[in-house]
Amino acid sequence: MGRLTPIDTTYFKDERAGDFTVIGSAVQRSDARGHVTGRTLFFEDLTPPGLTHVKIHRSTRHHARIDRVDVSGALEVPGVLRVITHEDVPNNWYVVLRLIGVGPDDEPVLAEDRVLYRGEPIVAVVAETEEAAREGAARVVVDYTDLPAVLDVEAALADGAPIIKQAGTNHFVYEGHPCRRIRFGDVERGFAEADRIIEGRYSSSPIEHAPVEPTGCIVVPQGDGRLRIHSNTQAAFFTLDNTALILGVPPTSLRVVGGTVGGGFGGKVDVIVEPLACLAAMLTGRPAKYVYSRAEEMQVSSTRAAEHIHIKDGVMDDGRIVARQVTLYVDAGAYSRHSPYGTTKAAAHMPGPYTIPNVHVDCYCVYTNRTPSSAMRGFGVTIGDFALESHMDHVARELGMDPLRLRLKNAYRDGDMKAHRKIASGTALVEVIQSAADLVGHDLPPEYRAMSSAERPEG
Amino acid sequence: MPSTIVTLKLNGTERELIARPSTTLLSALRDTFGLTGAKRGCAQGGCGSCTVLLDGRPAVSCLIPVVTVDGCAVETVEGLADGDRLDDVQQAFVDHFATQCGFCTPGMIMSATALLNREPAPTRQDVTEAICGNVCRCTGYEPIVTAVLSAAESRRDGAAEGRHDSAAERRHDGAGERHRDAAAPLSGKAAG
Amino acid sequence: MAIRQGRGYAAVNYPTGMNLGGDPSQALVHATTMGGFVVTLSSVDLGQGLRTVVAQCAAETLGVPLENVIVDTADTDTGPHCMGTFASRGTHRVGNAVIMAAREAREVLLRVAADELEVDAEDLETDGTGFVRLKGAPEKKIHVSEVALAAHFRQGRTISGRGIFLKEPSTPVPETGEMDPDSCQAHACTVAEVEVDDETGVIEVLRLYNTYEVGRALNPAIATQQVEGGAWMGLSHALFESTEPYYPHSREHGPLDFAAYLMPGPADLPEQTSVFLERPAGNGPFGAKGIGEMTANAPIPAIANAVFDAVGVRLTSMPFTPEKVLRGLDELRAGRAG
Ligand code: FES
Ligand code: FES
Repeated sequence: MGRLTPIDTTYFKDERAGDFTVIGSAVQRSDARGHVTGRTLFFEDLTPPGLTHVKIHRSTRHHARIDRVDVSGALEVPGVLRVITHEDVPNNWYVVLRLIGVGPDDEPVLAEDRVLYRGEPIVAVVAETEEAAREGAARVVVDYTDLPAVLDVEAALADGAPIIKQAGTNHFVYEGHPCRRIRFGDVERGFAEADRIIEGRYSSSPIEHAPVEPTGCIVVPQGDGRLRIHSNTQAAFFTLDNTALILGVPPTSLRVVGGTVGGGFGGKVDVIVEPLACLAAMLTGRPAKYVYSRAEEMQVSSTRAAEHIHIKDGVMDDGRIVARQVTLYVDAGAYSRHSPYGTTKAAAHMPGPYTIPNVHVDCYCVYTNRTPSSAMRGFGVTIGDFALESHMDHVARELGMDPLRLRLKNAYRDGDMKAHRKIASGTALVEVIQSAADLVGHDLPPEYRAMSSAERPEG
Repeated sequence: MPSTIVTLKLNGTERELIARPSTTLLSALRDTFGLTGAKRGCAQGGCGSCTVLLDGRPAVSCLIPVVTVDGCAVETVEGLADGDRLDDVQQAFVDHFATQCGFCTPGMIMSATALLNREPAPTRQDVTEAICGNVCRCTGYEPIVTAVLSAAESRRDGAAEGRHDSAAERRHDGAGERHRDAAAPLSGKAAG
Repeated sequence: MAIRQGRGYAAVNYPTGMNLGGDPSQALVHATTMGGFVVTLSSVDLGQGLRTVVAQCAAETLGVPLENVIVDTADTDTGPHCMGTFASRGTHRVGNAVIMAAREAREVLLRVAADELEVDAEDLETDGTGFVRLKGAPEKKIHVSEVALAAHFRQGRTISGRGIFLKEPSTPVPETGEMDPDSCQAHACTVAEVEVDDETGVIEVLRLYNTYEVGRALNPAIATQQVEGGAWMGLSHALFESTEPYYPHSREHGPLDFAAYLMPGPADLPEQTSVFLERPAGNGPFGAKGIGEMTANAPIPAIANAVFDAVGVRLTSMPFTPEKVLRGLDELRAGRAG
């Protein structure tokens, strides 16, 4: 029997009603037997006859103009069947979020006259064997003229920074604003009323999803002319629709088969491998596999964005936080992918699980000449939580206050208006803190013990 | 360089293949023999998802040219179960919820099997050392360690009850000379 | 020089789902000839156990044994649309869609059974063991396999149902950021206990205590996997992980393999003690909230705060490498000296 995390049923007793047969029981995973016998089929376990392999020649520069691409060396490698350049891609420019109306299309499937990050794909090579494809990709020659690169989010927004994006700004534009903003109450008045101002700056560097199964797919042309895409995508239709748009084919000509993924963590939501593998299959009439090498997974696949976060709090001596200003910079890298959405998610998450009457949030989705970042477990929130909760500790230390009491005093509860103007419900911050305090024998005075998320005492 | 014929004792059965010098054991297993239980997580020797037993010892098959293991006994995850009956390690991974995505699982199980064949009563440290070359991104390892320790216990219980029917043991008896050496501790314990 | 111990706290909430342009998932359920129930989806299981949990949702709603439920996913030719597995949305969205589809299928099941038993469908219920029975008179019953056969071959009816869950689009108001992006919030509080070597700067996390509020743990063993694996990832992010060790100053020295991309191994695990609280979400499947992502978040600041407690260094940049701890200690000493 697996270890079970106990459920403390003394909390929310009245709300936990419900009599279930199979819900709430630790039934065995239906996939476990397949996992332990090796019978679970992952996409790469398919070996269709005549399988070809796709490898990529990538940019060696952070930011450069492409002067010349010479593929003749690749074509001389025995076993190389085809090279694919941007000219072969029917609709080369895309942004995955266009399916929900986010634009502009800002990323080429294969680079045209410029590269915006080291590792950007320029030429795809299709070959009989993986070795031949790799060798072919290595033999492609690209001549560059280096352009000034921007590698820091705050530098990218500074006056006079080289503009790296065709749209004309180094940041995503949110309905005319350079950032996603939250305005709630009057933060300046809050600061003026506060006993103290406590500030902090927090940051992170990019993080890799590192699923043990690399991102990839195998595309098999079917008798009826359609393409069957065996993929470890985290989103089957998202992949299908974006791939169809890039290829300029009706979505009905594609079929995605997947659902079994060797770890995703957000890294397999980008639509990167499928369009090129489909093109390879279309151009050769044979099955094609495009799977990231581990090195590509580590350095070329999207990362969790690095972030810079500044927090300025107006705090009363009794621990009430009366104003919070957050300025957050997401390093999107060279292209949008899912970052404009993650940045909005970051904004909605502020000022954390606390009820603060005056909140001012600016979240910038910033472009730099780095590997594009994208979704990862806790998208838009993980680094923000690091900053918020480090800062709460900082505030508690400055006030000489117990860090749990500070949190309880400011905790959001049912009925509170959040900064993005949604009424909070189903809250439980108070109770998780009370429970965790018990786990370590952290003493809480009776008035903190008596607190509840469901009701806020008068006054 | 020319291709050569390589013979493997694969999960107890003699098999042959024609291999180029660059063909890895992993690719021979997956592409030639259709044994896709061993996974390719990195092809760099760094993740352990391709772990198999080579003459009873755990080995990352992605780094081994198959021509260098001509004549060796190779065991893969597909060889562990006895028909539909899981062996003790597999069963423990199921029971202890030691798999999430399952991609690391075959390699983990082979590393664990190698350990238990060598050391029937491993300590927690023995277990963490045995699987330290196997990366798992999902579980946080704790359920895996628990599963391996519990599998060791059920194996010992099985041995104490005189159960000699585990698929792994049967193969050990049939294996070649070098293999028998590797299996010696298990036989000794089982006899005791 | 000494090994110093510290304790740190962090509390977080996490949104279930996140949408700008509408966030739907669909499910279809149908009975086979002998009373198997196929749940057809295009949703993806990344290892979080979605297949198992939606089967539980279907079995519970239909009132049939779990063994009767087959989950068929993710083939875009057969499965109806799902946005995808991200934003802690899978269990919530897909679970709700499956419940809706299973309810509709169950209604047909009961109507077919009613005709076979010559009673009113409203007086029937499924009993969870494979029978449809008369409420109050449980000896009057018929097995679902007989019902399914009757539907196929005698009555000419399809025992099937369609389900969809949609979180409707919410466009943020540009000036104020007013929006309704998520469905509910899960919660967590982590207490981390660490040891810091003030000579080497190495942080060792000794213990993590976690309370998670999850709405409802549909499968407590799988929920346990999520929280334990997630806390491990948080620890890993906190102490080790970076694709650019010298960010933002240099793009060099990025790891290319698992040897250079550091993560804690099986010998580096802290002791984890966890507790679940359940405050069911009104809009969640049986009250469940999304928990897959949240679990990695609280450990990171809890560890940073524990390091401050131990040695007085405020770590403001992830990951918390020994170098950063030592630089912090140097600054403290310089400050004291000054
Ligand atoms: S694939 Fe062999 S060690 Fe990773
Ligand atoms: S279970 Fe996913 S890598 Fe181990």
